[in-house]
Amino acid sequence: MASSPVPTPTLPEADPDLAPRNTSATRLASAPTAVSLERVNKWYGAFHVLRDVDLTVRKGERIVICGPSGSGKSTLIRCINRLEEHQAGRIVVDGIELTNDLKRIDEIRREVGMVFQHFNLFPHLTVLENCTLAPIWVKKMPKAEAEAIAMQYLTRVKIPNQAHKYPGQLSGGQQQRVAIARSLCMAPKIMLFDEPTSALDPEMVKEVLDTMVGLADEGMTMLCVTHEMGFARQVADRVIFMDEGQIVESNTPEAFFRAPAHERTRLFLSQILH
Amino acid sequence: MTAGAQPLTFVRREAVPASAPPSLVAGPLAWLRRNLFSSPANAVMTLAALAVIALVVPPLLRFLVIDAVWTGQNRDACRPEVIGRPVGACWAFVANKINYFVYGSYPIEERWRPNVFFALMAVGVGWMLWLDAPKRAWGALYFFVVFPVVSYALLAGVPALGLSSVPTSLWGGMLVTLIVSLVGIVASLPLGILLALGRRSRLPIVRLFCVIFIEFWRGVPLITVLFMANVMLPLFLPGDVTIDRLVRPLVGIALFSAAYMAETVRGGLQAIPRGQTEGAMSLGLSPWHRMRLIILPQALRIVIPGIVNSFIALFKDTSLVSIVGIFDFIRTIESARVDPTWAAPTVVMTGYAFAALFYFVFCFGMSRYARFMERRLAAGQTR
Amino acid sequence: MPTQLPADPASRPPRVSPLYDPRFRGAAYQILLLLAVGLVAWIAIGNAAENLRNARVASGFGFLNNTAGFDVNQTVIPFTAATSTYGTAFLVGLTNTLMVSVIGIVLATILGFTVGVARLSPNWIVRTLATVYVEVLRNIPLLLQLLFWYVAVLASLPSARDSYALGTSVFLNQRGLYLPRPLLAADAWALPIALAIGLVGTLAFRTYAKREQARTGRRLPVLTVGLVLILGLPLLAYGVLALLGIAPVALEYPVKGTFNLRGGMQLYPEFVALVLGLTVYTAAFIAEVVRAGIQAVSKGQTEAARALGLQPGPTMRLVVIPQAMRVIVPPLTSQFLNLTKNSSLAVAIGYPDLVQVFMGTVLNQTGQAVEVVAITMAVYLTISLVTAFVMNLYNRRVALIER
Repeated sequence: MASSPVPTPTLPEADPDLAPRNTSATRLASAPTAVSLERVNKWYGAFHVLRDVDLTVRKGERIVICGPSGSGKSTLIRCINRLEEHQAGRIVVDGIELTNDLKRIDEIRREVGMVFQHFNLFPHLTVLENCTLAPIWVKKMPKAEAEAIAMQYLTRVKIPNQAHKYPGQLSGGQQQRVAIARSLCMAPKIMLFDEPTSALDPEMVKEVLDTMVGLADEGMTMLCVTHEMGFARQVADRVIFMDEGQIVESNTPEAFFRAPAHERTRLFLSQILH
Repeated sequence: MTAGAQPLTFVRREAVPASAPPSLVAGPLAWLRRNLFSSPANAVMTLAALAVIALVVPPLLRFLVIDAVWTGQNRDACRPEVIGRPVGACWAFVANKINYFVYGSYPIEERWRPNVFFALMAVGVGWMLWLDAPKRAWGALYFFVVFPVVSYALLAGVPALGLSSVPTSLWGGMLVTLIVSLVGIVASLPLGILLALGRRSRLPIVRLFCVIFIEFWRGVPLITVLFMANVMLPLFLPGDVTIDRLVRPLVGIALFSAAYMAETVRGGLQAIPRGQTEGAMSLGLSPWHRMRLIILPQALRIVIPGIVNSFIALFKDTSLVSIVGIFDFIRTIESARVDPTWAAPTVVMTGYAFAALFYFVFCFGMSRYARFMERRLAAGQTR
Repeated sequence: MPTQLPADPASRPPRVSPLYDPRFRGAAYQILLLLAVGLVAWIAIGNAAENLRNARVASGFGFLNNTAGFDVNQTVIPFTAATSTYGTAFLVGLTNTLMVSVIGIVLATILGFTVGVARLSPNWIVRTLATVYVEVLRNIPLLLQLLFWYVAVLASLPSARDSYALGTSVFLNQRGLYLPRPLLAADAWALPIALAIGLVGTLAFRTYAKREQARTGRRLPVLTVGLVLILGLPLLAYGVLALLGIAPVALEYPVKGTFNLRGGMQLYPEFVALVLGLTVYTAAFIAEVVRAGIQAVSKGQTEAARALGLQPGPTMRLVVIPQAMRVIVPPLTSQFLNLTKNSSLAVAIGYPDLVQVFMGTVLNQTGQAVEVVAITMAVYLTISLVTAFVMNLYNRRVALIER
């Protein structure tokens, strides 16, 4: 393993000042904090999944998180909307600290949208009902208004004509776009993507990524766990590499791909970028 | 690789048309050969099975149809020495007693009330079982709330409304069998759902309580439950409160079937992938909404066949109430068969054949429905 | 690292209102539940105590030592009305229940597996016949079937004088089924010992054959050798004893008298009807379990085994059956439990099982409802829980190792 050739040229060291020169970084420097994690730790039984994770996400920032499987990247973003409970450290989302308080958890979940690897659409509801469910029951929105908003987002993800079908009748790519629309209907301030393209057939990856790029262009704060390095290069402000529950490296995509600093990052990149 | 005489490249110029198979593969003769006489052992089995059929079917037909007596007013119609021919089933007996089998001793002039009850029941059951029926939520409200209340008022009577009261001791026959089954299902479904949710709760005491409750009722025979309801229920109530003879087994049956229902529903809950809860959580739905809007609708849909099967079991089990002295359908058969006016050799067998037919038609019909639902659910959510 | 800590790490997290703390809520729900259950139990127990006091019913389990004073006509253990106690009556009921259950389970399993396999037969007639059997029998209440066997079939049999006879030693009439009774001589112990040696020998040979196959690849005829050992050794022992002039097993044949049959082994109609009914009913359910189990093994498994060159026999034995048993055993056990619980329907036809003797007669005579119901239910619960426990162990052992 250690002797396997690493294709990326070995540079003396990564330049820590690369980030500020990036245009998006200057745009973000003054932006308020959207999410901050401080020394977050989590264990599954005796297994230490997250180890002292520190991360600050600015409003409008697009972050791509990558790393080998089991490195804790999914767990990390699932902690942000409390699908997983962290056991030590602090997580503050949009000024609200995540505690055991059910009210705060509800508040945070209203502000944070999430897209899953396996879509998790509700198969017993139509596409439109999937989208209007949360606005109606959580935001107490009138049905007509919720439907109007849902149609607007379904149009944006380019499937307004499928609104009255059931998820089972759509292709994987269409389902994932519905899932994105469903999240957007809650007008979230932050979007989390947990490997949104991993369960898709290759020919459907692009339609989902295009939707995500569109979202990024509108200035949405995004945290994406993905192995789509082309996407990372195109939209990310920052790429974070995780391994064994820790953030190993974090840099602008340009520097990250050109000059990965850490041994493990290089090994990882050599394995996924053939 | 040796290509031999075959050219390396080949492009088809014309398509090969489909043609009929040789007669060895299709046709009735081929079918017989393949299905019945494919090997000597198979042929032997075919012959053995034919022998069984020859042994069972003709006597059965002779008893049920050919030698049967269809009309008559008393035992003389069904006595071979009187009518001078072998006598099969004495259907005249059933025809004569049919009102007793259906209503028990329910007063004759009030029998329109059970009839209305049957109609109300048919509406409710149809509404629940027909998946594409309109307003199924209203159907559920009707079936679980309106229908039981109206039925009780109708059957027991409300003197204030001009319905004279009819004591439950006069109720009987299929009426009671259906009432016991319906009370079982109407009470056990909500209770069973609660228990199933409790058994999956993360609160240890709630979980423990539900596990003990469920496993207790599932561990004991129904007949002991009925005995217990009969002798212990009055004990647990204050001395001056009396509890109706019909209500006692109903309580026992409701608790008993709730435990089985809980396990059926739990199976459905377990089949819902965790991602459904997570998806609902990420949208900010509260636990109550997650359960009501996402998990339960899907879980209950999956378990419809299971619920129908539990209902079949319950429907058959209701016959046990006859052992603790309730005049259900079986009990009316048992008391009619010893009626001296109908003392004839085949009356007992006829009574049982009629009862078997009644239960078979209901249970088989329901099991067909469950099978149909299973297949429809397996076909997926695409409609 | 480009991440900065925006806040003071030592700052304490904000306080959680207990109203919105899931832990607090959970505890509150549980305490409420405990209180509610406790309250209901307390009221019920209070009422029961008062009602029993008013009815002057004794309490406690002392009645088990009192003389019963009623008779039971079919018992496995000795019981006499004059001297036996309620405790013995309980044991009589329990042994009768267990006996009926064990016999019913054995017969139902044999019949059920036969019908279940027939349900999948390539032979259309056999398949249809099996389907009709299953559909008819499982859709008619067991109670009705028991009444049918007991009232309609057995009661319409001829009287003892005109018994149906099968050969000269098996008789069937209104009073039941008469079979020859085996009488074991003093030296008969040699037979079970021979059988045991045969069984142990077969197991040992199987182990040896497995090792031999693992070592050399040669397969030894385990089935033939096993049959020879298990059947041959007892026969040999019988022959040796017979040569020595000792008849190890004698049969006492029932003899037809003028009004009754004497001798032999009499199976009462209640017992026959109960075993018949339970067997025929439960077999229909077992057949479905077996069918489902075999069908659960995907066709791909058979195809893969055949593609590897395994013959149909080994394919069945090494690939299909082990997987099917995994699916069959748990529901099969629950069918066995159902049969045991259903044997309590004996009360409807008067067979003296646990419920009929104890919950029926003893309860009526003593009036000690709470104790009698508690003991009876405890017996069935124990049987169920022990079976469930064993089943869990089995499931854990055979569970497929999967991620």
